[in-house]
Amino acid sequence: MNADDQPTARTTADQPTGGGKPRPGGAAQGTSAAQGTGAVQGRHAPAGRRARGPAPARTPAAGARPGSGSAGRGHRRSATLRTRGGLSVRVDVRASLVGLALTTLALAMGVVLIGTGDYPIGFADAVRTLLGDGTVAQDYIVRELRLPRVLVALLVGAALGLAGAVFQSLARNPLGSPDVIGFGQGSAAGALTVIVLFQGTSAQVAAGAVLGGLLTGLAVYALAWRRGIQGYRLVLVGIGAAAMLSAVNGYLLTKAELVDAARAVVWLTGSLGGRDWDQVWPLLLVCAVLVPVVIGHARALRMLELGDDSAYALGVRVERTRLVMLLAAVLLTAAATAAAGPVAFVALTSPQLARRLTRSPGPNLLPAACMGAALLVTADWGTQRAFGADQLPVGVLTGMLGGTYLLWLLVAERRAGRV
Amino acid sequence: MRGGGGARAPGEPGGPGRAASTGTDDDKDTETTVASSSASPVAPDARQRLTGQDLTLAYDRRTVAEHLSVSIPDHSFTVVVGPNACGKSTLLRALSRMLKPTAGSVLLDGQAISSLPAKKVARTLGLLPQSSIAPDGITVADLVARGRYPHQGLLRQWSETDERIVDESMAATGVAELADRFVDELSGGQRQRVWIAMAIAQQTPLLLLDEPTTYLDIQHQIDVLDLCAELHEEQGRTLVAVLHDLNHAARYATHLIAMRDGEIVAEGEPGEIVTAELVERVFGLRCQVIEDPESGTPLVIPAARRPRRQATAVPEPATGTKDAQAPERVAAGEPTPGR
Repeated sequence: MNADDQPTARTTADQPTGGGKPRPGGAAQGTSAAQGTGAVQGRHAPAGRRARGPAPARTPAAGARPGSGSAGRGHRRSATLRTRGGLSVRVDVRASLVGLALTTLALAMGVVLIGTGDYPIGFADAVRTLLGDGTVAQDYIVRELRLPRVLVALLVGAALGLAGAVFQSLARNPLGSPDVIGFGQGSAAGALTVIVLFQGTSAQVAAGAVLGGLLTGLAVYALAWRRGIQGYRLVLVGIGAAAMLSAVNGYLLTKAELVDAARAVVWLTGSLGGRDWDQVWPLLLVCAVLVPVVIGHARALRMLELGDDSAYALGVRVERTRLVMLLAAVLLTAAATAAAGPVAFVALTSPQLARRLTRSPGPNLLPAACMGAALLVTADWGTQRAFGADQLPVGVLTGMLGGTYLLWLLVAERRAGRV
Repeated sequence: MRGGGGARAPGEPGGPGRAASTGTDDDKDTETTVASSSASPVAPDARQRLTGQDLTLAYDRRTVAEHLSVSIPDHSFTVVVGPNACGKSTLLRALSRMLKPTAGSVLLDGQAISSLPAKKVARTLGLLPQSSIAPDGITVADLVARGRYPHQGLLRQWSETDERIVDESMAATGVAELADRFVDELSGGQRQRVWIAMAIAQQTPLLLLDEPTTYLDIQHQIDVLDLCAELHEEQGRTLVAVLHDLNHAARYATHLIAMRDGEIVAEGEPGEIVTAELVERVFGLRCQVIEDPESGTPLVIPAARRPRRQATAVPEPATGTKDAQAPERVAAGEPTPGR
């Protein structure tokens, strides 16, 4: 790459908008047709959350957020990096910042979590140990006991957040997340079958969870398919499947021996206790394969949100995109569930919270993944601080927070007239 | 209203102001020249860019059309009309590869459309579907920008051309001033303009529109149709629209296709094919056809309601107006001698 290829930053919002036309108010368009040389260009959008109902005739300039860089008015929605060679990448500035902040938060909380426990380790010591410079005792505790747990928390959170974002985008409905439409229950049914009927090892339980989740995913997809998949049908079929599978799980529990039942209940709540490298590696592998697949289809997924017909007309291979994304999301959910049990509501809340932070319409895949990781690590830290290590499974806390959030969401949706 | 108007005619709401302007005469001229130059073949013509050959169209088990052949004259503004469930939207869906024909094939530039890569087709053939969904919280500019998808790739996400064309498309449809507004705050007419802007940004030489005027009130219907006529005349695009209103179709189309029960009953220039018999045959509607005083195109006047017992009688109102002015007019219902 020579110097010419380096993207040069230039803002267009500061330039007089071309064409010489006076542009009234803050609603004026950020870029004009006349220019086209800038490497970094931005679109403005009114920053305040959009008002529901009849909107004011024009978003006033005063309503724009102040102080967002050089733009002066309005916040920059996206920046474009262009090379002389004709390549261009468009980045949503706010979404990137949100993703970066969440990643930082998740990693920092991860380090804090490593220092948390019966043998507390300070933040600096934890970092030093992670870098391979700790005492022998610290080294053992961090690398063998606590690091795998933190990694599992990060990966499970990210996988669930990403899968949730994909599902919600496909279903065009916040309720279309894997824990609402039965995939969590499906994985649980698979795992319970292994625990209760076969008294299997933890690896076999994980395999059962993946298999159960996959079968549920395929069954729901097949049942909801009618000349393509529609959001509401997917949600409704999924809720039906979730109810049936919950019944199956309840039945399996009553058939179980006491020891198995106790193990099953802990598994069902979703726990990060006692996780070691055996859980980390398979999860890491799944994420390493599927995250790029999902991100690679992100643009097509975004187009799908315009409706099938529009997406088709714009050259998206609709059914293929949907199948690939659905399969990837089901696998991510199943792998996460296999590692930590059905941790409740992370998949539901992460994409919604991420969306509210980015204020961006798209599926917000990466921010949702970062949010999921940050949420789960923070929740695990919270349960350990409040109740001591391994007293309370993390799923209880996420369930309580997520359930509250779900109720709030339903009320908000009802107010907006959508439920 | 339509937020500033851009390149559009003065923003008088409603027909009278607009219709009285000189633009109408231009429309008329262009229409006649286009019609005479590309005198439309009734038989399918494989030389045109978009043709359907021997199509059988069906949803699940319900067959909508059989052995349907059609060709869209290049650079025409083709309008498909017909009663509900006659298969006009189905035909449009087939032409836009949204519906796979059970038999026969749709050819785009001589190749079966189903065998072409999706993005390649999307660079040649655009479609404005009947229903589209604007994602929550998307701005007008963002939505229009999505029309550039078939021209983009993973590493070519937003070129300067993309940006220029999006701006031009918004200007052409008069939504440039709404660029930063959220789509779901807009009125129905504005929203339809935004969707059209998105379709324009796709920059396809062929553009199909499935009932673009549905759910709009009359001034926005005319507004959208004027916009289509502009796209057709100024940019030389081939437009194919399904319309419900026969008079709109007759006024704006350069090539009219009338369908009934999955068959093409007649096609050609509206002035030549729109007659009372045709309307009766296609829609089962008794009417008379006069000359539209604004555009000179055929204007369909449905027969006045009359008491049921007289419904089969010889249409007497026709004789009253016959002497008045319009020589083209044909008495309703009954076959006219000489035709």
